[in-house]
Amino acid sequence: MKYLKFILVGIVFGIMFTKAEIISWFRIYEMFRFESFHMYGVIGSAVFLSLISNQIIKNFKVKNLEGQVIEFPPKDKGIVRYIVGGTIFGMGWALTGACPGPLYTLVGAGAYMALVVIFFAIVGTWIYGVFKDKLPH
Amino acid sequence: MIEFMKQPWPWYVAGPIIAFVYTLMVLFGKSFGISSTLRTACAIAGAGKKVKFFDFDWKAQIWNLMFVLGSVIGGFIATQYLSDGEPILLSPSTIESMQPFGLESYQTSIFPTELLSWDSLFTLRGFVVMVIGGLLIGFGTRYAGGCTSGHAISGLANLQLPSLIAVVGFFIGGLLVTHFVIPFLF
Repeated sequence: MKYLKFILVGIVFGIMFTKAEIISWFRIYEMFRFESFHMYGVIGSAVFLSLISNQIIKNFKVKNLEGQVIEFPPKDKGIVRYIVGGTIFGMGWALTGACPGPLYTLVGAGAYMALVVIFFAIVGTWIYGVFKDKLPH
Repeated sequence: MIEFMKQPWPWYVAGPIIAFVYTLMVLFGKSFGISSTLRTACAIAGAGKKVKFFDFDWKAQIWNLMFVLGSVIGGFIATQYLSDGEPILLSPSTIESMQPFGLESYQTSIFPTELLSWDSLFTLRGFVVMVIGGLLIGFGTRYAGGCTSGHAISGLANLQLPSLIAVVGFFIGGLLVTHFVIPFLF
């Protein structure tokens, strides 16, 4: 039962992803051509509101369900991994028209071939793990 | 209400829902990052025996797999019960640009059936989209330490410079592929 809340939140997330067409290859293609405001509106408003919610949580030292004061650990410092890794990811995002979240939701929406993409994304993650220590970060 | 929900949801509905989901995950004591589940999948498959990066207690990540499972169910519900069957309202210039590629499934489907199909897997473009695309996503997201949810949403909302650099990278890669690969490959 402790996992039920995650499933329920996931369902809301998946419905929104589908109804707002964020899982659509066409929308991502359109976004990278700068021909619609849709995806920028989605990401921009999500970031803006999440930022406000972060500030409220920090200011009021809100505790999470486990009773701990919520902290936001900073990301590791570095430049190369973020710019190179980000660029590689962006290429995959534009090709498949989906980042990891939409990839899963696509399966539920009937795009079973997204399972092939997910499989190779897992392989790609494994390749990173194998070569991690040899890569500049 | 159901009829209203069947229409496409505008950005000003989707964005706030993402922020709401993000906030709930934080309140649950977790983080909002979906690509981690790919690493968890490697650990479940036993990759930790040989590669240290995957040697961790994946059972502590089940909550994220449950979240992802929910998002699959959500995709099913939205498609089966909340779809009005109308084509996506893409910009006319986007539609025009796809004509040379023969991508017409936007009229009937949310995803391009010409690209995501068994038959397509054995064509050059289908192989590049599904196999190479998948590999790039998996490798790139772990190298960058996160995907759209972890960097573009969580990271930017927490004013993390590394996340901003990663998002710049996302766009460099995405723009390169959209403008210099897709027109020639497709």
